[in-house]
Amino acid sequence: MSLLLEGVSHIYGEDTNLAVAALCNINLEIPEGQFIGLIGHTGSGKSTLIQHLNGLLQPSHGKIYFNGKDINEKSFDRKELRSKVGLVFQYPEHQLFEVTVFQDVCFGPKNLGLEQKEVEIRAYKALKQAGVKEEQFYQSPFELSGGQKRRVAIAGVLAMEPRVLILDEPTAGLDPAGRDEILGQIKKLQKETGITVILVSHSMEDVAEYVDRIIVMNKGKIILDNTPKEVFKEYKCLEEVGLAAPQVTYIMESLKEEGFMLSAEVTTIEEAKQEILSCFKK
Amino acid sequence: MGIIKAVQLAFEYIRRDEDGNVEGITRAIDGVDLEIKEGQFIAVLGHNGSGKSTLAKHLNALLHPTEGTVYVDGKDVREADKVWEIRQTAGMVFQNPDNQIIGQVVEEDVGFGPENLGVETKEIWERVEESLKAVGMYEYRKHSPNKLSGGQKQRVSIAGVIAMHPKCIILDEPTAMLDPNGRKEVLRAARALNQVEGITVILITHYMEEVIHADKVFVMDQGKVVLQGTPREIFTRVEELRKLRLDVPQVTELAYELKKAGLDVPEGILTKEELVEALKSLKK
Amino acid sequence: MLKDITLGQYYQTESLIHRLDPRVKLVGTICYIISLFLVNKIQGYVIALIFLAIIIRLSKVPFKFMVKGMKAILFLLLLTVVFNLFLTPGETLISIWKLTITKEGVRVAMLMAVRLSFLIIGSSVMTLTTTPNHLTDGMEKLLNPLRKLKVPVHEISMMMSIALRFIPILMEETDKIMKAQIARGADFESGNLIKKAKALVPLLVPLFISAFRRANDLAMAMEARCYRGGEFRTKMKPLIYQRADRLAYLILIIYLVICFLAGR
Repeated sequence: MSLLLEGVSHIYGEDTNLAVAALCNINLEIPEGQFIGLIGHTGSGKSTLIQHLNGLLQPSHGKIYFNGKDINEKSFDRKELRSKVGLVFQYPEHQLFEVTVFQDVCFGPKNLGLEQKEVEIRAYKALKQAGVKEEQFYQSPFELSGGQKRRVAIAGVLAMEPRVLILDEPTAGLDPAGRDEILGQIKKLQKETGITVILVSHSMEDVAEYVDRIIVMNKGKIILDNTPKEVFKEYKCLEEVGLAAPQVTYIMESLKEEGFMLSAEVTTIEEAKQEILSCFKK
Repeated sequence: MGIIKAVQLAFEYIRRDEDGNVEGITRAIDGVDLEIKEGQFIAVLGHNGSGKSTLAKHLNALLHPTEGTVYVDGKDVREADKVWEIRQTAGMVFQNPDNQIIGQVVEEDVGFGPENLGVETKEIWERVEESLKAVGMYEYRKHSPNKLSGGQKQRVSIAGVIAMHPKCIILDEPTAMLDPNGRKEVLRAARALNQVEGITVILITHYMEEVIHADKVFVMDQGKVVLQGTPREIFTRVEELRKLRLDVPQVTELAYELKKAGLDVPEGILTKEELVEALKSLKK
Repeated sequence: MLKDITLGQYYQTESLIHRLDPRVKLVGTICYIISLFLVNKIQGYVIALIFLAIIIRLSKVPFKFMVKGMKAILFLLLLTVVFNLFLTPGETLISIWKLTITKEGVRVAMLMAVRLSFLIIGSSVMTLTTTPNHLTDGMEKLLNPLRKLKVPVHEISMMMSIALRFIPILMEETDKIMKAQIARGADFESGNLIKKAKALVPLLVPLFISAFRRANDLAMAMEARCYRGGEFRTKMKPLIYQRADRLAYLILIIYLVICFLAGR
């Protein structure tokens, strides 16, 4: 279940003189089972990119292959693709519409034409995976708190049982604990089911702990694509495009400059702590 | 008395079923006492649903207290005939940048407040100009708000409040829907207001990095003020903050972890430089 | 797809027409529309065309922006033309099967097409050169006498200007919710009418909820900025007639007289 992008460009308003290239010649391979962070500031093209991955937008140029098949071929089953590549938009709680939480989560699998029983099994499983409490299943989604609504909305996509799950800023507007809970839940899900997860975010600090690969976008191009360690090494390059490495990276860099014998290649507080402590033990 | 003073403030939401019977009462604010001095930069922290936004709405008489009261510049928010004066004294900027801009053009939106106050046309123009300049949006005065970025929209909203010449401005999670760059823009504008114009700023947020420069921090939980002090005092209490569904900046957390592991670093470190200095002196 | 609608969209530039008082533009547009229905000779249309061309030229708005507005009503335009072409009785020109095209039909169809296009372009000149806020201001002032009859003129114009401000936001939101539901396997395109209507529920419910939430937020924001209706309110941009406006009225009267004399 891999995704492959070959020379993908997307130009808004191509035939007018107001043409804006949102994506320029993107080449990307996303193998199964990776946990990827897609980082870039507003307008860098990351939202446009993810909408290509499940066929909501078509590239102006270039090809996208899902399991080796061109997704923009006429014969390609778009609906099947959308069930395999799940997309959770920003503020997904704004798409809730049903009378109860459970019915809302059923919407996706029902659209896939599954039997009622299978639909309900999937909805139940998805709600559990997203960490929604059972007593909330038959409440109106509109009575829940912001964080709970968001979980329900994520469950709505999980119920399609996607093999690739894309989340656009899933923690926007949540408090620190809510943010950690959602990301922890996604990490757990990814470990248990082995699906591919693409996490779109503005913040390096949020994703550093969770992902194995970071893709950095700027002005419609991929400028960095590597493990968090390698990406954070390029913190100067990140700053040039208005992003920043996590604070720990800067702390370690400063310490190194001050003559501390340590490696600046850390991504989390835990690693930084170990590095500094070992420096003092010597 | 300070510019804002809350005395035993409490507020209850009453939920009713379809027939209008009382189903339950939620006490969103529960006995809050606080005092804010003029010219301060105040931060109010709290997780989602801690009551911080409900508190904010009392400070400019958008909600009516169930018990207790708030004095804004000496005026009691319970007095109906003082409402407009209070709202002019304590302006408010809300979370969603799209849902608070009324004008179709930036300058018209900034003029909306003064128009409501009955300010003369010539003076409205002067106020609009100075307010837009104060937030660095003057060159966008003829633009449509729809074409601006989130951070720019929030700065326009701040200008809209400044144009009413308030003594105090309440920012209710103004950065929650913005990206890091937008967040920085808005914060810079808010700090400039406080330092240059001397306006009291009350910033409500759950981003910990934003409160470092505040004069005083209030932390709310379940409708109560549970912690208060300078940012340094607040950030020494890492465990308590975590229990309150909050967080500390990475550098503070790292310093805290190092201290726990036995290194003798001081408490409540707020910046990278402080930590580097502390470690340097330890190394010697 | 939803972004193509130019109705009510303001084109930002500096021009003579942009600077005119919105009342002039409102009255002018109404007069122009009346003139189109007043004239019925070719000369009349030529005068209307010249007048429109001069106005467009003065407004400095690129012509293609005006034509964009036409796209939305192209179907209506074609329908009118076709109906008039085939259903006007008179001297037969061509007859194919049961359909006959008459000489009068061709004439009427052409006149209707011209009339409608002029009408649309003429009114889009107004919306392209006047900010919606300005426009509602103008309307408020023009309708002010009705306040004596207890018509809430200020409130109506405030409602209109807010509606105009939120149209693009709600359009974008519609697009977003639609995409989100498509990502959950929703199908807005296939099926019969009932199925299609049913498929709209997942779109409309969130949209309504969002509109209410926004309305609530906005009401709060307006109150926080001391809004309390039209009383005591001053204006940042009060409407005062300038020399150019008086001149514009004069030109308008002259135009109407010429149309009446030459075009009938």
